[in-house]
Amino acid sequence: MSRDWPLWEVFVRSRRGLSHIHAGSVHAPDAQMALRNARDLYTRRQEGVSIWVVSSSAITASSPDEKDPFFAPAADKAYRHPTFYDIPSEVQTL
Amino acid sequence: MESDLAAGFERLLNTDQRIEPRDWMPEAYRATLIRQIAQHAHSEIIGMQPEGNWISRAPSLRRKATLIAKVQDEAGHGLYLYGACETLGVDRADLLDLLHSGQQKYSSIFNYPTLSWADIGAVGWLVDGAAITNQVALCRCSYGPYARAMVRICKEESFHQRQGFDILNTLAHGTPAQQAMAQDAVDRWWWPSLMMFGPPDDASPHSAQSMAWRIKRHSNDELRQKFVDITVPQAAAAGLSLPDPELRWNEQRGHYDIGPIDWAEFWRVVKGDGPCNRQRMERRVQAHEEGRWVREAAVAHAAKHSKRSGADQAGTAA
Repeated sequence: MSRDWPLWEVFVRSRRGLSHIHAGSVHAPDAQMALRNARDLYTRRQEGVSIWVVSSSAITASSPDEKDPFFAPAADKAYRHPTFYDIPSEVQTL
Repeated sequence: MESDLAAGFERLLNTDQRIEPRDWMPEAYRATLIRQIAQHAHSEIIGMQPEGNWISRAPSLRRKATLIAKVQDEAGHGLYLYGACETLGVDRADLLDLLHSGQQKYSSIFNYPTLSWADIGAVGWLVDGAAITNQVALCRCSYGPYARAMVRICKEESFHQRQGFDILNTLAHGTPAQQAMAQDAVDRWWWPSLMMFGPPDDASPHSAQSMAWRIKRHSNDELRQKFVDITVPQAAAAGLSLPDPELRWNEQRGHYDIGPIDWAEFWRVVKGDGPCNRQRMERRVQAHEEGRWVREAAVAHAAKHSKRSGADQAGTAA
């Protein structure tokens, strides 16, 4: 059992119109204090207009060991990209 | 199986990609990073002491506000780095124990005292300047969380260095007593700042491995040279001299030459015999002990609060 306070992942929205981006983590005994610690740590220079804190233990991540098979289904589907299609040069704005 | 994993690790390094926390990595790579990042984190929080020493005696409200912001940044930098270190599978409480018991070190530069207000200028300009030279190179370190912490730190450090130069430049254009104070601070901080880059390349046994792992991108001597080349013209601009009679431009090399560094002094301070080693450690342990009731109160508050209102967390993720 760790002697540290629980770990929280911090996500910051830098300005309206953008999504929250992972900034780092903080330790705190509860979510409210995590939010305050995150404010002091990650937005000392107006880097954010909104913060999420998420308990690190609540995150489910894909495993790096299986990253090739896990992401393989997308690898052979070049037809999902617009560049896959040949368009005659006289066709504009497509 | 292990050799497949090692080959994958090497492939990432060779294609200049970043290693991330859940990737396989050699144990020695992990151990090296833990030691280096922890030492870096410890340096940030010990570094609060020599500067905190002058908060109550800053010469104006503006200088005081700046210094408080800077010391707060150092605490923040320590936290970014402890966070990066924890992604390697160590606990923060254990890292603090290792600092407090002397098993892990911090940068020796913080074992020198800040004797006058001008020292705050010299620390910002020279010590932070040397640190930035090191840290800019670390922004491209192979370990992702460390590199990302460095990017954030470098952005904030440039304010530190500028405010330091501003303090010294102001003093250097002040009364004769202020000029003397500025020069005295530069005279004391110049050589220890050059030592911050570590021993010369031929006496730095771990450098080659760290370079191969792309933790380090440039050798100690390369970075030291870079710092000297940047700093000499800045000193001239402020009208301050650097305490090295052998310092001169070498046309052939396209760099400044410097006189010999006193490595005996460096090792003396590393091994615990600097002017402030004991004081810094005592203060750190005392601060940790005196903060215990705050940590306990925070836990008690969280427990009481969660009992009272199970589910009313503020806001929803949207």
